[in-house]
Amino acid sequence: MIPSARTRQMESGAILKQKLKALAATGNLSTGFQEESLVRAVQEGANFVGCDAGTTDSGPYYLGSGNPRGPREGTKRNLRIMLREALRAGIPVIVGSAGHAGGRPHLEWTVEIVKELARENQWRFKLAAIDSEINKEDLLHAFRRGELTPLRPAPDLNEGTLQRAERFVAMMGIEPIQAALKAGAQVVIAGRCSDVAIYAALPVLKGIPRHVAFHAGKILECGAATVAQRLYADCMAAELDQEGFTVEPPNPALRCTPQSVAAHTLYENADPYYLVESGGALDTTAAQYEAISDRAVRVSGSRFVASEKYTVRIEGAALAGYRSIVVAGIRDPLILRQLDEFLRSLRTVVERKIEDSLKLPGDAYTLSFRVYGRNGSLGHLEPVSGFEGHEVGLIIDVVASSQSMAADILPLVWHTGLHHPIPEQEGLISNFAFPFSPPGIDVGPVYQFCVNHVWQLNNPCEPFRTTIEDL
Amino acid sequence: MKELWEFTKLIRSKNAGPFELTFDIMFKDADCFDQVMKSGKLSAEAIAELYKIELGQVQFFAIKQLLTVKISIPRRVFSGDVQDTDVYGGQFHGPLVRMAVESS
Repeated sequence: MIPSARTRQMESGAILKQKLKALAATGNLSTGFQEESLVRAVQEGANFVGCDAGTTDSGPYYLGSGNPRGPREGTKRNLRIMLREALRAGIPVIVGSAGHAGGRPHLEWTVEIVKELARENQWRFKLAAIDSEINKEDLLHAFRRGELTPLRPAPDLNEGTLQRAERFVAMMGIEPIQAALKAGAQVVIAGRCSDVAIYAALPVLKGIPRHVAFHAGKILECGAATVAQRLYADCMAAELDQEGFTVEPPNPALRCTPQSVAAHTLYENADPYYLVESGGALDTTAAQYEAISDRAVRVSGSRFVASEKYTVRIEGAALAGYRSIVVAGIRDPLILRQLDEFLRSLRTVVERKIEDSLKLPGDAYTLSFRVYGRNGSLGHLEPVSGFEGHEVGLIIDVVASSQSMAADILPLVWHTGLHHPIPEQEGLISNFAFPFSPPGIDVGPVYQFCVNHVWQLNNPCEPFRTTIEDL
Repeated sequence: MKELWEFTKLIRSKNAGPFELTFDIMFKDADCFDQVMKSGKLSAEAIAELYKIELGQVQFFAIKQLLTVKISIPRRVFSGDVQDTDVYGGQFHGPLVRMAVESS
């Protein structure tokens, strides 16, 4: 269907031209972008469209469960526009961290959407799917050979934790994506992938220096989040050359300023000057940000420091139990003024009841009282002591080794708490305002991140398996 | 006496991966940046005390060029763990917003 203009861009040699234009569709594939921004940017000569689809920000659930964060329809809409425009222009599409966590089920979910789109639209292209899920046995071998090094802080790692984990992924650098592009893939769907690598892979392949490509990648990875005032999720473009890059939003309503771009270098990164990637680190200490217009910023002066050893970050999630919760309001000022004591004595009574009726000792489950209006957001780090206010929201949170156990414990807690006495009130009182019937909610499995390690590799592509198909 | 937010245009916290938190504090202008830095209230020591961690674990960067202070600390409870209260780490900056700063 689509004339193969791919050859125009892909096979024209190591340095295709002086400049290369990278387009980020948006900061996260599921959140979307303005269709006209993407269409315009591709028409104006983008050399590829990239998009990040994942993060660990939403916690360990997605990696542990294998579920994508979705929504499927939104993801499909965004992929449809990206693929349609890229195929028309004959340029590659690169999606990283497919399905949010980048595991095998997440990759399969995304690839299935891409294939569905190809079928529905009679599109023809070469598709590469890069699997970044690491089999437990392979990681155990790596652990025994001493190839895993902890980052700080890291959970304790031993064979037991590795055995108990649900799923592991390795975060790929630019090399597996480059290998897929070299094999002729026009659409690359990568499992867990460094955000920067999505945008640096093709430019480095085409001869753009790493310090330029990696810094541009860091700026592009959140899409329009780099602008001074982000009105909505949208595209971002950068034009890269041998010395630096110019970042400019394709949407004329948005603008970048030197401070907005420089500030983004800091975002979600512990060290503002040093961004550690597979294969080396980007040092932005001497980077310069200069306004080219009231919307475009020129960035130059960063350095790339190659690392001695090639490592990839490993992420893993293990099942921690199953959660059941109750949400309740407390409005009685007599309870509120002794809330800590009330919850402490309630806990004592409840633990005894659970032991008596369910034969479960206190260490068989985790019971938390989360008090919103006091320290619900910060927990033990809340520096404001005491309590001011006329009500609190209470979440009774039970995590146990099975859903049925959590669901059995929960009513013992809330029903006991409902009528738990205080000295100032005589007779039966009802302490909790439940908004729902039934009060309890089974939340499902709870996972935890169980590794924060890097794996030393001899070959950057080694743990990643690429499947190439002609659609 | 003024509060920190009166000198800034952005105070935020966020995960830097599941195991660390990072705070970005961006000032309105050089004068605001200088006043807060001179007051000594915003420091690695203050962060260590406020967030109950060892001083050696606080990464503190005052970036005059960007009129920004960036601070990173390890999470004592990792993102999404059973006892975590803030999976994205987006509200840990709360106690910094109204930090008292002497204005000159």
